[in-house]
Amino acid sequence: MKKMKTLRFGAVLLALALVMAACGDDADETTTTAAGGTDAPTTSAAAMTEQVEVFSWWTGGGEAAGLDEMIKLFATTDPNIEFLNSAVAGGAGTNARAVLASRLQANDPPDSWQGHAGQELIGTYVAADQIEALNFLYDEEGWLDVMPDTLIPLISKDDNIYSVPVNIHRANVVWANPTVLADNNIDMPASLDEFFTALDTLQAGGMDAPLAMGEQWTTMHLFETIMLASMGPDDWNGLWDGSVAWDSAAVKQGIEDFDKILTYTNSDASALSWQDAGQLVLDGTSAFNIMGDWQEGFFRELNMVPQTDYIWAATPGTDGNFQFLSDSFVLAKNAPHRESAIAWLKVAGSNAGQDAFNPVKGSIPARNDADRSLYGEYLLSAMDDWASDTVVGSLTHGVVANDSWKSEIDTAIGLFLVDGDTAGFQTALTAAAAASG
Amino acid sequence: MAVTSAETDVLKPKRKVFRMENWWGVLWVLPSLIAVMVFVYGFIGWTARVSVSAWKGLLADYTFVGADNYTALASDPRFDIDIQNTAIFTVVFVLGCLAIGLGLAILLDKGIRAEGFYRSLFLFPMAISFIVTGVVWRWLMNPAQGERISGINLIFDKLGLDFLINSWHATPTWGIAAVAIPAVWQMSGYTMALYLAGLRAVPESLREAARVDGASEFQVYRKVVLPLIRPVTLSAIIILGHISLKVFDLIIAMAGKQVALDVPAIYMWTTTFDGFFFGRGAAIGMVLLMSVAVLVIPYLWYTLRQERSG
Repeated sequence: MKKMKTLRFGAVLLALALVMAACGDDADETTTTAAGGTDAPTTSAAAMTEQVEVFSWWTGGGEAAGLDEMIKLFATTDPNIEFLNSAVAGGAGTNARAVLASRLQANDPPDSWQGHAGQELIGTYVAADQIEALNFLYDEEGWLDVMPDTLIPLISKDDNIYSVPVNIHRANVVWANPTVLADNNIDMPASLDEFFTALDTLQAGGMDAPLAMGEQWTTMHLFETIMLASMGPDDWNGLWDGSVAWDSAAVKQGIEDFDKILTYTNSDASALSWQDAGQLVLDGTSAFNIMGDWQEGFFRELNMVPQTDYIWAATPGTDGNFQFLSDSFVLAKNAPHRESAIAWLKVAGSNAGQDAFNPVKGSIPARNDADRSLYGEYLLSAMDDWASDTVVGSLTHGVVANDSWKSEIDTAIGLFLVDGDTAGFQTALTAAAAASG
Repeated sequence: MAVTSAETDVLKPKRKVFRMENWWGVLWVLPSLIAVMVFVYGFIGWTARVSVSAWKGLLADYTFVGADNYTALASDPRFDIDIQNTAIFTVVFVLGCLAIGLGLAILLDKGIRAEGFYRSLFLFPMAISFIVTGVVWRWLMNPAQGERISGINLIFDKLGLDFLINSWHATPTWGIAAVAIPAVWQMSGYTMALYLAGLRAVPESLREAARVDGASEFQVYRKVVLPLIRPVTLSAIIILGHISLKVFDLIIAMAGKQVALDVPAIYMWTTTFDGFFFGRGAAIGMVLLMSVAVLVIPYLWYTLRQERSG
């Protein structure tokens, strides 16, 4: 009988242990780790009186490495604040955003989170009244003096600035194979017309697909750069604030240019990633690829040499325009540790913070007073353009349209790729703007 | 249900014990019963509620909009593509699995040596997740041609079977049929196992009798065996059919998110979590649930009736 009791007791213990293990697993899913890296200053957790929880989808690659650099810096500037790195992996941020959405719905916000600057944050989180305006921080830190004037309206709503951009990527870049261009006596095209002529020449010379393209989102990326080239920056901006109609002649012209450019792309685009498309240019199978400047990071990973293995320029017809996207951090409304979060945002927006993050991530700082010795040849050229160009926003990467609008445009582009109906495409874009703009 | 008096006589003396056991039984299944009520039926109800709401954006909005989300789907060109793709996928997948599964089962049933080995061999693909299958077949069915040709197309090229080279899932309209091929590869072994069990249940004496009557081997299968294993075919169609209605991971792994190869499950996911159209996403979810229910409920009803009368 006694044996029986012990057995039962053991069984209950085992069950409890299982339950606890299961709960532990749940907590692990959002890998909350007190961070600082291996060689962070040895401040013991006990000495840390404050905490800050920062949520992101940076779990790998240059992004995670860059974040680690910033966290190390944060540990020196604010040694009394413990940094909780709540990064959620998977789905290029889709999973993280789903987790974040449910946390916000449950009124359990992290102190700060990462997102694409612009409407992706504003249209979703400002609309739901979840983040604080940061004008006070911009004034205190003097950020307005070191960031481009044309950037600020793109990350604001009603004159309120809602995020701190830590890095800048450029979307409107054309990458080309210098050998292929030289063999065909082609100069880097500067206008859409020159681009079409160059593509015709290459096709006449036996190159099937002179412009390399990848899966559907890279098609949207191509679409936004061609629309910018065709319409110009004022009309492009006007599409998003409602001053230019989607059923206008300018959009029609843009769609026709886009339709024409698609005839030069590879037929297996839907099966390729953006890296695959970049590889086609390196191999000389294609001459051009239009992709954001993370493509350069990929080329450098392959030990390719700028000017020898690849060259670049602004997408034909967009010289003088910098179509940007940016990762940025926000301040949650009702943040559990508001002061710590502000300390974090100060580091994220500081010169030191941005110079810690960007050389590792392969992007340029949003500030124009960076230490130029830390950056490579392409990034230096991008920094010069960032300081002097007109800044316009990217569609694919969340600057100009909110998530709902963007997903409707994505559907319209997908349908256009299936049926090739330009008039139907324009109708669908107009309907998307009416429903979600 | 008519209960014969003989049966009630048998049940009566046991009644008290039976109820006691019953009470314990209920207690044991209670936790899972509650979990199922909340997490399955409760959430079905919630989804139904969201599907008739105007919820768009991060925060819940339960404004009642009637069937608006459903009527919008009916005129949504993307949903048209979803339905067309699901139909093509289902036909290729179900027919492919049934034909290959039955063929393999008949061959194994003929008394092949090392039958166990072949049985496991054909069953193994089922142990792999659709994600892994999708990634591997994405490489095999690479649509690139010319100097970048690879995968199965490269084999065709080397064998001189150039007319077979095609662009697989990048083919307009019928690309989804190419995605069904790996699904057939994965599930036909399972269909074989179902059929094999069915074939083994057919008494040898019936086949013998048919042979004595002068039936050819083909006629034995056509006229005797196949009609007897019709319930197996029905089960297989139900199981395969609901897999194909819900397919998601295989397509994502093979082709990513692209409208040309869109199916309702993918549309549901992207519109809900990328676009925050919760109302529309819930409506697609309900349509999916109903289409699976149309397939499964008659089957459950049929098997339940079989069990009662059996």
